[in-house]
Amino acid sequence: MFEHISTQLLFGQVLLGLINGSFYAMLSMGLAIIFGLMNVVNFAHGAQYMLGAFVAWILLTTLGIPYWGALFVAPVIVAIFGMAMERLILRQLQNLDHLYGLLATYAMVLVIEGLIRQQYGSTGIPYQNPIPGGVNLGFMFLPYYRLWVVVFSLVTCVGTWLLIEHTKLGAYLRAANEKPQIVEAFGINVPRMMTLTYAFGVGLAALSGVLAAPIYQVSPSMGSNVIIVVFAVVVIGGMGSIAGAVVAGYALGVVEGLTKVFYPEAASVVIFLFMAAALFFRPSGIFSGKEST
Amino acid sequence: MKPAHLALILGFAAALAAPFYFYPVLLMTILCFVVFACSFNLLLGYTGLLCFGHAMFFGTAAYMTGLALKTTGISVELAIAFGALVAGLLGLLVGYLAIRRQGIQFAMITLAFSQLVFFFLLQSEFTGGEDGMQSIPRTPLFGLVNVDDSFNYYYVILALTILAVAAYYRIVNSPYGEVLKAVRDNQQRVESLGFSPERVKLVAFVLSATMAGMAGGMKATVYQFATLTDASWQVSGEVIIMTLLGGLGTLSGPLFGAGIIIWLNDELAGFGEWALILQGAILLAVIIFFRRGFVGELSALFRWVARKRRGDGGTPPPVQEGATATGPG
Repeated sequence: MFEHISTQLLFGQVLLGLINGSFYAMLSMGLAIIFGLMNVVNFAHGAQYMLGAFVAWILLTTLGIPYWGALFVAPVIVAIFGMAMERLILRQLQNLDHLYGLLATYAMVLVIEGLIRQQYGSTGIPYQNPIPGGVNLGFMFLPYYRLWVVVFSLVTCVGTWLLIEHTKLGAYLRAANEKPQIVEAFGINVPRMMTLTYAFGVGLAALSGVLAAPIYQVSPSMGSNVIIVVFAVVVIGGMGSIAGAVVAGYALGVVEGLTKVFYPEAASVVIFLFMAAALFFRPSGIFSGKEST
Repeated sequence: MKPAHLALILGFAAALAAPFYFYPVLLMTILCFVVFACSFNLLLGYTGLLCFGHAMFFGTAAYMTGLALKTTGISVELAIAFGALVAGLLGLLVGYLAIRRQGIQFAMITLAFSQLVFFFLLQSEFTGGEDGMQSIPRTPLFGLVNVDDSFNYYYVILALTILAVAAYYRIVNSPYGEVLKAVRDNQQRVESLGFSPERVKLVAFVLSATMAGMAGGMKATVYQFATLTDASWQVSGEVIIMTLLGGLGTLSGPLFGAGIIIWLNDELAGFGEWALILQGAILLAVIIFFRRGFVGELSALFRWVARKRRGDGGTPPPVQEGATATGPG
């Protein structure tokens, strides 16, 4: 039935799916960290991803800082902005129903996206590829930059997972969410840890944004387009489970890519359909993470 | 006569006189969103369910009402009812899956489903894709009364709004409404009393979806077109802002919330992105400082003033916390 599909197309789309999956994985990991440790669903995650790309572009055009510098500087700048958001807004809401955290971060999306759009317009801005060229693998052409994205995101995801699950710092973070009073009694500044956790998650989003800039165009709506898909990924992976978020991110990216080959009409909705199926068959999540209430 | 009755009569008189002084289309838009915000308040304010994709019902019904009017000759009120019915069925399907998860995940899941519906509408033939569904005819009311003129049609929309708000009032104040509030406040207790919280929530979800669909169908007949915007997450967010701004779990809150936001959108229409930026700022201010919303804060102020006059009690009542803030109104 599918003989007419060339290997070129098939592998090309799988690679594209792996690229999208890299961004889904990094973003849903950031969401899972912020949710798992702070009980905030960070709706602004997409906007912060978009800010990462914009800051990289602004650094390049105004200060001449190239991609490799922006990869480090832009996440730090956006993370500092995230710290301010946590201090000024999220801190006021931490004892309320979790829905308020979601709504407050949604409000931030409207403000951030609106201001960026007002300032820079709605059209996408191209960002130059820092590693042009590629290698011909025989069955397909592999651009170097895409290879870099997949490798870099894998390293970031595994590194973050190790940091949170297998270090003392990670143990403190998880304990601070479960029993803040006890952790404070050990002399640890829990509010500051929360601020840094949020900043770390925001920095991860911005890092993904810089990584995405040369592949997708830099545009104000790039964040809101992806965040809803990432929400579905997190629901499938199980809320608050970092490993679940990462695995589901890559897997669903590839599934989306394969759908583009075999049934292109459904490509934009296949992840949502997976979510519906997951809810139907596994109501508590495929990788059973922490259940929220 | 009680003050509440007087306010009701004055409000009704003002609604009857309004199109003589204001642009009828703007007034009708406000009324459509009043119905939409009521449907949303029924879920979040009274049941404690945050649906972040309510525009899927609004938008789907707008297209369905438009489709019915374009392809059949049925009268306008039946077409709106058809749109509401389809939205209710969609609500049954989505609600069946979404209520398996609670709280914050329910919000994320409904948002994802609304995006699924959005893409479906985008790719379907009958919706006209990016262009939207144009030139929807406004057939005579009951097959008899010509309502082509916006001034006349305003009174039809007003009647439908009163009908919807009355139904909303009836639901909230019925024994079933009490069960809804009980599910919101203490689900385990409700379960131990022999009710099925899932079932109560699903019924509320379907009722709310139907009412949101009615609002969408009304809007499609007012503007005589339906677009993808009606089903977008931005509109889902807008109805949340309206409801919170008006006052969560209040009866007249949706009226004020929808009125203020639609009026602001209209005033700021020529200023680029500032309408959205302001909406975000309003939502932030409401969440941080005025969680009871316009009606809730106002009635708290009145109660405080009244108590001051009587000379007992000095401080205003503390802000109720959580998504469960209730107020009269």
